[in-house]
Amino acid sequence: MFLPHTDSERSEMLKTIGVSSIDELFKDVPEKVRYPALNLPPALTEMEAAAQLQQMAMANETTQDLACFLGAGAYNHYIPAAVDHILRRNEFYTAYTPYQPEVSQGTLQAIFEYQSLMCALTGMEVSNASHYDGATATAEAGIMAYHNFRGKRTRFILSPGVHPQYRQVFRTYMSGYENLEIVGDEANNDPMNYLERLEALIDGNTALVVVQYPDFFGQIHDFAPLAEKVHQAGGLFAVVINPIALGLLKPPGEFGADIVVGDGQPLGIPLSFGGPYLGIFTTRKEYVRRIAGRLVGETVDVQGRRGYVLTLTAREQHIRREKATSNICTNQGLMALAATVYLALVGKEGLRQVAELCYHKAHYAAQRIAEIPGYRVLNTKPFFHEFVVQCPKPVAEINEYLLDYGILGGYDLGQDYPTLSNHMLIAVTEMNSREEIETLVEYLKEFAHD
Amino acid sequence: MTEPTLFELSSPGRRGVRFPEPDVPKSALPEGFVRKDLPLPELAEVDVVRHFVRLSQKNYAVDYGLYPLGSCTMKYNPKINEDAARLPGFALAHPLQPIDTVQGSLALMYELQELLKEITGMGAVSLQPAAGAHGELTGVLIIRAYHQSRGDTKRTKILIPDSAHGTNPASSAMSGYEVVQLPSDKRGNVDLEALKAACDETVAGLMLTNPNTLGLFEENVLEVTRVVHEAGGLVYGDGANLNALLGIARPGDMGFDILHLNLHKTFSTPHGGGGPGSGPVAVTETLAEFLPGPIVTILEEGSEEVPPLYGFKMPNRSIGRVKAFHGHFGMMVRAYTYILMHGAEGLRKVAEHAVLNANYLLARLRHVYHIPYDRICKHEFVAEGIWDDAPGVHALDIAKRLIDYDFHPPTNYFPLIVREALMIEPTETESKQTLDKFADALIKIAEEAHTQPELLKSAPHHTPVGRLDEVKAAKELVLCCWFPEKESQAA
Amino acid sequence: MNIPSDLKYTTTDEWVKVEGNTAIVGVTDYAQSQLSDIVFFEFQVEIGDEVKKGGVIATLESVKAAADVNAPVSGKVIARNESLTEKFELVNSDPYGEAWMLKIEMSNPQELDTLMDATAYQKYCEEREH
Repeated sequence: MFLPHTDSERSEMLKTIGVSSIDELFKDVPEKVRYPALNLPPALTEMEAAAQLQQMAMANETTQDLACFLGAGAYNHYIPAAVDHILRRNEFYTAYTPYQPEVSQGTLQAIFEYQSLMCALTGMEVSNASHYDGATATAEAGIMAYHNFRGKRTRFILSPGVHPQYRQVFRTYMSGYENLEIVGDEANNDPMNYLERLEALIDGNTALVVVQYPDFFGQIHDFAPLAEKVHQAGGLFAVVINPIALGLLKPPGEFGADIVVGDGQPLGIPLSFGGPYLGIFTTRKEYVRRIAGRLVGETVDVQGRRGYVLTLTAREQHIRREKATSNICTNQGLMALAATVYLALVGKEGLRQVAELCYHKAHYAAQRIAEIPGYRVLNTKPFFHEFVVQCPKPVAEINEYLLDYGILGGYDLGQDYPTLSNHMLIAVTEMNSREEIETLVEYLKEFAHD
Repeated sequence: MTEPTLFELSSPGRRGVRFPEPDVPKSALPEGFVRKDLPLPELAEVDVVRHFVRLSQKNYAVDYGLYPLGSCTMKYNPKINEDAARLPGFALAHPLQPIDTVQGSLALMYELQELLKEITGMGAVSLQPAAGAHGELTGVLIIRAYHQSRGDTKRTKILIPDSAHGTNPASSAMSGYEVVQLPSDKRGNVDLEALKAACDETVAGLMLTNPNTLGLFEENVLEVTRVVHEAGGLVYGDGANLNALLGIARPGDMGFDILHLNLHKTFSTPHGGGGPGSGPVAVTETLAEFLPGPIVTILEEGSEEVPPLYGFKMPNRSIGRVKAFHGHFGMMVRAYTYILMHGAEGLRKVAEHAVLNANYLLARLRHVYHIPYDRICKHEFVAEGIWDDAPGVHALDIAKRLIDYDFHPPTNYFPLIVREALMIEPTETESKQTLDKFADALIKIAEEAHTQPELLKSAPHHTPVGRLDEVKAAKELVLCCWFPEKESQAA
Repeated sequence: MNIPSDLKYTTTDEWVKVEGNTAIVGVTDYAQSQLSDIVFFEFQVEIGDEVKKGGVIATLESVKAAADVNAPVSGKVIARNESLTEKFELVNSDPYGEAWMLKIEMSNPQELDTLMDATAYQKYCEEREH
C-alpha cells in the first residue's frame, strides 16, 4: 500500500547493505523479545477501512443532527468553506516544524501572521506560535510566572470562573514544583461572585492571578481594579479569553493583562470531540524571553529580501535541555493556520458580526428562558454568549428529555460546582436559529410541567 | 517573490464572508466593555485563498519529496486518514455530549487504546497527551506519583543518556527532578558501568529512547532495564523512534514501565507544519491507576446483539488532567485508520522497510561521510557533516546545498554527541529510486565540498529566500506586524 | 585567541581580575567566539546577593546556543555592568574590557588558587580545539 518496494529492489538493497535477509538487520534485538506475535485484527483494504470508519462515525449523533446549546469551552461556530480547503493543501499539512527556513517560508509567514492577529485581537505585543490548547496555555502561564520570579513567589490564585478543566490541568502542570499554593477556587456558596474574594487573597508572595473573560459562567467582569491590585503587589495578571468574544469586547491588553491565553477552537476549528484545538498565548514585550514555545520573527536574507525564521530558539529544550523552562517542542501549526485563515476571511467586520450574533441570540434565549416558570437565569452582570440557568430538576434528566427532541442541552454545572447542582450552562452561537431557541424554550417549559 | 502579509493586502471595506442579520431582537451591548477598534485585515475570499496558496508553494512537504528529518519520521500520510477524521460524525461531535450520543467516538478511542497496548506490550493507555513532549511530562509525573504513593520520597534524580532528545531533561526538570546525564559507550549504547554506578536509592527512573537518536538499537536493553528496576527505579521509554520496532520488539517485553507514542511519527498522522501531534502514554498494569484521565472504558459489557456501552473513568490515583477534554481525537481517528489498514504483518513490514531504507542509505554513504557509530542501524543513522580536508564546510552548508538538489535536509546539529551531525531518517515509504537520487546528491555534495566549497556556502540558490539573518531576527525581535502603538497613533 | 596574562581563568571559560578583595568577572574571548554573535544577556543575581563558586550568575544566548556564566569565586555581588543588558554585543567585541559582568567581594580568596593562569588556560583551550 504505502511501501513502494518491489522484490527485486529489496534484493538489490540487501546486497548493497551486505546482508542476505531483512532478518539480519534485527540481530541486535534480543532473541527472547524478537518478533512478538501481535494479536491485531487482519489488515483492511482502504475500501473496507473507509466503510468501517463511516459506520463508527454514524454511531454518533452530533451537532449536525442536534440543535446544540452546549459550550463550556468548545463552541459550535460556522466554519467558512475556504478554511478547510487551505488546511488540505499538502504543502501545509505534510510539512513539519520550519527548521529549514528557506524551504518553509509558507509555514513561517503563516505563523507570523497568526502571531500578529493574536496580538491585534488580545491587545498584546507578543504572541507565540501556539500551545496545545487553552488549558495547557493557561498552565504555561503558571510556569512562566513561576520562572519570572525565579521560584521566589509561590502563591497562584485561580478564579473559580476559570474553566474547571483548565484549573485541573494547571494543578497537574504545577505539581512538580514544591511548596506552591494554588488558591482562590475553593468550593463556595456563591461561585459566580468572586472578585472580592480574589482581591483579598493577593499578597506580596503572589506570582500570578488567573481570571477568565468572559468567565466560565459567561459573565463579563471589569477586571481593571483587580489587575491594578495584582500589579501593586508585584504579581502577574493572566486572562483566559474566548477569541470570538474579543470581536466585540475590549481586549485584555487594555485592562492590565500581562498574559492572555485561551482556546482558539472557535476560530475555524471543528469540534472534533475535543481536539485538536489551539492554545493562544500572548504577553507583553518585556516578558518575551519567558514565553515557552516557538516564536517566528521577521528578518532579511543575504540579498536583503524579507523572510521569517524561528527565533529565540536558544531558550528552548533542544538547546537548554534541563535548564529550559518548558519542554514544549511542537506548536499546533495546522490549527494556528486554521485560525489565521478564519480571521482573514471574516476580517474586521465579520468577527464583530459573529460576536454580536452570539451576543444577541444568547440574550434573547436568556430572556425567553427566564420567562418560563420554574427556571431562573442567574446572570445579573453583563454576559456574552453563555449563561447559567437554575432548573427545576437535575440537569442530566432535562438533557435526556431534550435529546429526545433533537436538542443538545447545556452543561451540568453541578459536576464542578457543588452549590450549582440543577444549574445548566447554556451556550448560544450564530449557529442557533430563533426557531431552535423557541424549540428549546418550549421543551424546557414542557419538561417543567411533566 | 515576497508575499505581502495579510495586513498589507488589506483594503478597508472588503469582506471574505458574510453572516446573516440577527433573527432575534437586538439587545443593548454591554456598556463600557465594547472595544473601540478591531484591527483585523479586510480581504475578499479570493485574496485570502490566493495568499495562502502562494504561501503554501513556498513550503517543502512530504507530499512533494523526501523529507529525511532524523527522529521525526516524516513518512507518507495516507489520504484516507484525512477523510476519516473529517467524517461529520467525528468532526462535528462536541466533547461534552452525553456518552450515549458519542458511542462511535468512544468505541474508536477504546479500540485504539487496546491496539496500542497490544503493539507496545503495555498494560494500559491514556490518549490524552497532545504531543511527544506532553507525553514525557505525563510519564515523568507518573514516575513521581508512583514513588510518592509508596512513601519513597528520597528519589530525586532521573537518569538520561547524553544522546537523548532535549525534551527528556526538560520534562524531568519540569517535574521537579534533578537530571543526571549518562555517557554513551563506543558502540553508541548506554555506558553500562556508568549506569550501574549512578543507580542508587535516589534514582527515580531512567528515560531511554530505543532505538536511540543515533538510530542504534540499545543492545543491552534487557540489562539496562533490569539494573534500573533493581535500584527501585522505573524505566521511561521515549517512543519517538518506535517506527523501527513495530512488530519487531515490544517495549513492554523489554522492561519499559512507561512509554509515550507519537501518533504523528509512527502512525502516520500528518505533522501539520509543526503540529498538532498526539502523544498517548502507555504504562504497565501496576501504573495504570496513575494515568491522566479520564480514559475510555467499558461501562456495560455488550453481547452478540448489543454493542458494549463505552464511557469515561478517572483512574484511582490519577496524576490529574494534562489537557482539556479527551486529547487530539482527530489524530486518533487517523492513527486508528492506519493501524486497521496494516494489521500485525503490515506493521512489521513498516518497521522492516524503515530499517532496510536507512541501512541502504548508510551503505551507500559510509565511504563518503564519516559515521562515528558505524553498525547496522535501525530507522535512522547519524553522519558527520564535516571533513578534515575540506575546512570551512559545515553540516549546515551540506543541508542547504541539499535543497538545491530538491531534497529537504536531514536534521542537523543533533544529537549533540556527534560533531556536525546529519541525522538521516528516510522512513519506509521512500522507494529505492528516491533513495538513490538522495544518496547521489549527498555524494556529489561531498565532492563539491572539496572542489567548490563556495557552492555549499552560498546555498540554497533557487529558494524564495536565501539564508536568513538569524542574528538580526533575534536582536530586533519583530514578532508581529501589528502593534498596539499603531492603534494609538492612528487614534 | 586573546588570553591576557594578568587574569585567572575557570574551566567554564570565565575570567577573573583581582583588585584587592574584589574579583571582577567576565567571559573569555574563547567563550564568545564559541558562542558567536551574542543576542541576549541576562543577570541571574542582584547586587547584594551572596553567590557560591560555580553558581549561575548570568546567561548568554547566541542564535544557536545558550550558556550560563558561573561565579568563579564565592562572595557578595557588589556591582553589575548594567550596560550589558542593552549592549550585549560588547561580549563579542571587548570580552575583557567593557564586557566585564560582575564585581564580587570575595568571601574566600583562597578559591583563586583553584583557577588557571593564562598559560594553563591557553593549553586548556587548545586541547578542546581537537
